[in-house]
Amino acid sequence: MDALTIHRLHFAFTVTFHYIFPQLTMGLALLLVVLKTMALRTGDEHYSRAVRFWARIFAINFAMGVVTGIPMEFQFGTNWSRFSKSAGGVIGQTLAMEGVFSFFLESSFLGLFLFGEKRLGPKGHWFACFLVFLGSWLSGFFIVATDAWMQHPVGYALGPQGEILLSSFWALLLNPWLLWQYLHNMMGAVVTGAFAMSAVGAFYLLVKRQEPYGRTFVRVGVIAGLAAAFLMLFPTGDGQGKNIAFHQPATLAAMEGLFVTEAGAPLALIGQPDVEHRQLDNPLQIPRALSFLTYQRWKAQVRGLDAFPQDVWPDNIPLLYFSYHIMVGLGTIFIAVMALAALELWRGRLFTERKVLWLLMLSAPFPYIANTAGWITAEAGRQPWLIYGLMRTAVGVSPHVSAGNALFTLIGFMGMYTVLAMLFLLLVYHEIDRGPEAA
Amino acid sequence: MQTIWFMLVAVMIAVYVVLDGFDLGAGIVQLLVARTDGERRQVLRSIGPVWDGNEVWLLAGGGTLYFAFPALYASSFSGFYLPLMMVLWLLILRGISIEFRNHIDSLVWKPFWDAVFGGASALLAIFFGAALGNVVRGVPLDNAGEFFLPLWTNFGVGGDVGILDWYTVLVAVAAFATLLVHGALWVALKTDGALGERASGVARTGWWGVAVLTVAITWCSFRIQPRLGESFGARPWGYVFPLLAVAGLIGMRALHRAGLAPFLCSSLFIVGMLTSAAFGLYPYVLPSNLDPRAGLTVSNAAAAPYGLKVGLVWFIPGMLLTVGYFVYTYRSFAGKVPAEDEGY
Repeated sequence: MDALTIHRLHFAFTVTFHYIFPQLTMGLALLLVVLKTMALRTGDEHYSRAVRFWARIFAINFAMGVVTGIPMEFQFGTNWSRFSKSAGGVIGQTLAMEGVFSFFLESSFLGLFLFGEKRLGPKGHWFACFLVFLGSWLSGFFIVATDAWMQHPVGYALGPQGEILLSSFWALLLNPWLLWQYLHNMMGAVVTGAFAMSAVGAFYLLVKRQEPYGRTFVRVGVIAGLAAAFLMLFPTGDGQGKNIAFHQPATLAAMEGLFVTEAGAPLALIGQPDVEHRQLDNPLQIPRALSFLTYQRWKAQVRGLDAFPQDVWPDNIPLLYFSYHIMVGLGTIFIAVMALAALELWRGRLFTERKVLWLLMLSAPFPYIANTAGWITAEAGRQPWLIYGLMRTAVGVSPHVSAGNALFTLIGFMGMYTVLAMLFLLLVYHEIDRGPEAA
Repeated sequence: MQTIWFMLVAVMIAVYVVLDGFDLGAGIVQLLVARTDGERRQVLRSIGPVWDGNEVWLLAGGGTLYFAFPALYASSFSGFYLPLMMVLWLLILRGISIEFRNHIDSLVWKPFWDAVFGGASALLAIFFGAALGNVVRGVPLDNAGEFFLPLWTNFGVGGDVGILDWYTVLVAVAAFATLLVHGALWVALKTDGALGERASGVARTGWWGVAVLTVAITWCSFRIQPRLGESFGARPWGYVFPLLAVAGLIGMRALHRAGLAPFLCSSLFIVGMLTSAAFGLYPYVLPSNLDPRAGLTVSNAAAAPYGLKVGLVWFIPGMLLTVGYFVYTYRSFAGKVPAEDEGY
């Protein structure tokens, strides 16, 4: 493997592992505010225990997010120094703002939230909980703003030596790419949080332990999950899709497996892109649907990969195609699962409907897969560019960090993260086993 | 403008070392002074609500460095690739050892994490010291202002250097001693009874080490980096920074029975040492050890003026808010940590 491939794998591996945790942090932070609000309004100890129970899981998950997040910020410099040197004046803004505006807020009030329930009183404690939520969602905003700029660079000018200079701060923060990507991402986080909460609730109901809590978790999880799963599709997913169609048309063609430009292009549900022969094998398609979804006209022309020179095609079309289809497929299934559960909840039968509870419990891992697939779609879709249209991935890498040194640290991270993952699962299971009664 | 950002980044790094320095020091000291599970918990509880916020100063400082001096960030982070990655691993181990320890009550689980916490903290103190030593000594920058250092070469300070040489190792040992004493003073401040007494004892003994090492690294630094002498010679008002350090060092000893004072003096000592180094190197931010005129400076490493100007507009209110959170948090958790308290 050459150094570039290892540096790419290094970032891909560490960021993929990292994002397992923040998605639950951000999703759960919102649900914690919901539970904490119920505790405050009812004054019922039941909800306070529920909050303390989830706060313990939140703390483990948050710590994992923090310790795996620090390497992300450092890797811009360690592994991608040429990129950092050129673009640091722009994306350094949003990354520094994340530190200043969200990490300080989040970490200070998490300490107060976890250790200060008695000191702060019910209202103060609610407020600490709310600020943790705010901090984590702001953090998501600044990170997505950074990525949005790499997807769709705005507000910059080129300096005399080709360095990229910030020319408009507001353009950076009001990037048209940013709004939908951020909301889509945050809905993805709420889906993860909601599925996790309803899965734990379903588990308690299935094993007939902690049942009052099980009912609360299932109810809150299903309602939030249904809302977020819908918002995931529309308007946020739709808006994000249009961003890609208008600003990264070659990426859209690769995501959809559309090799040839067509009027009335079909939407592929299933199929394998065969890049060598420029065709989609074993396709199962909805005629004309892609044209309609993209342009709201059944006969609109959608540009296929043949409309673009091959050197701007994403460099891993099958990965892009599959990750996109996995994301969309799972997103659709999430709506179905949550709609079914919500229907049963409305009819008052969910808590005894064991088949649906099994379904809820076993669904928990899938939002993680969908969120990961979504980010792979975004990042593999940006290739071969590091900054879309502006800087190729190959030129952004650190020139003096050899393949051997990069592989050494990649293997180190793989080993360490394997151990971390095991410890995380062990501790979360341990907390679920202890249950809210002990909180 | 660039000088303002140089000062802001230097202050953020100094605040990081003072704040997370006591977390690291507490990690080392708990191995020496906490004898029972209750005492270990007490040490952990003294930093539990704040360590993560303290660590954010490193992240925010790094982010600020990234945006204000992108060329420095890119060059130094890629050049110090291996030790930085190890620092990341150690930060991971330190963080999870604090957070994971109290979730399972077992005679193998807790001692394991205590050892990881102590070991990772000690190594972090050493690595940060070595990093400071490297910056003061300078690195072999090429024409593009880039370099790559192996972990060690021949342990000499000239030419083909590694991360570790006799000088950077000396600074690393000094950093270890400094943070050990700093952490011991924190534990002494936050706990009472036998635990606090033992921590005080460690601080008193460790002080001699800090004093001797301070003299040694100061003498060596001026020998190895002539820039330091030139800076202080050209702008004698800069002696105020080393004076702060000396005042802190003496105060730590002289006021060792006076509550908060020794801890504040230790903080003053750290700030004085770091600002002395920053003042002495200025306008260089990463000197070359080959050619005294090469090297990254505040001007050739800085971002464009527009970005720096806009940055001030959000940075200042953002940091004022931050100071507010910290004052509030530290006040909320002021006073001694009781032997048993609410947890989560």
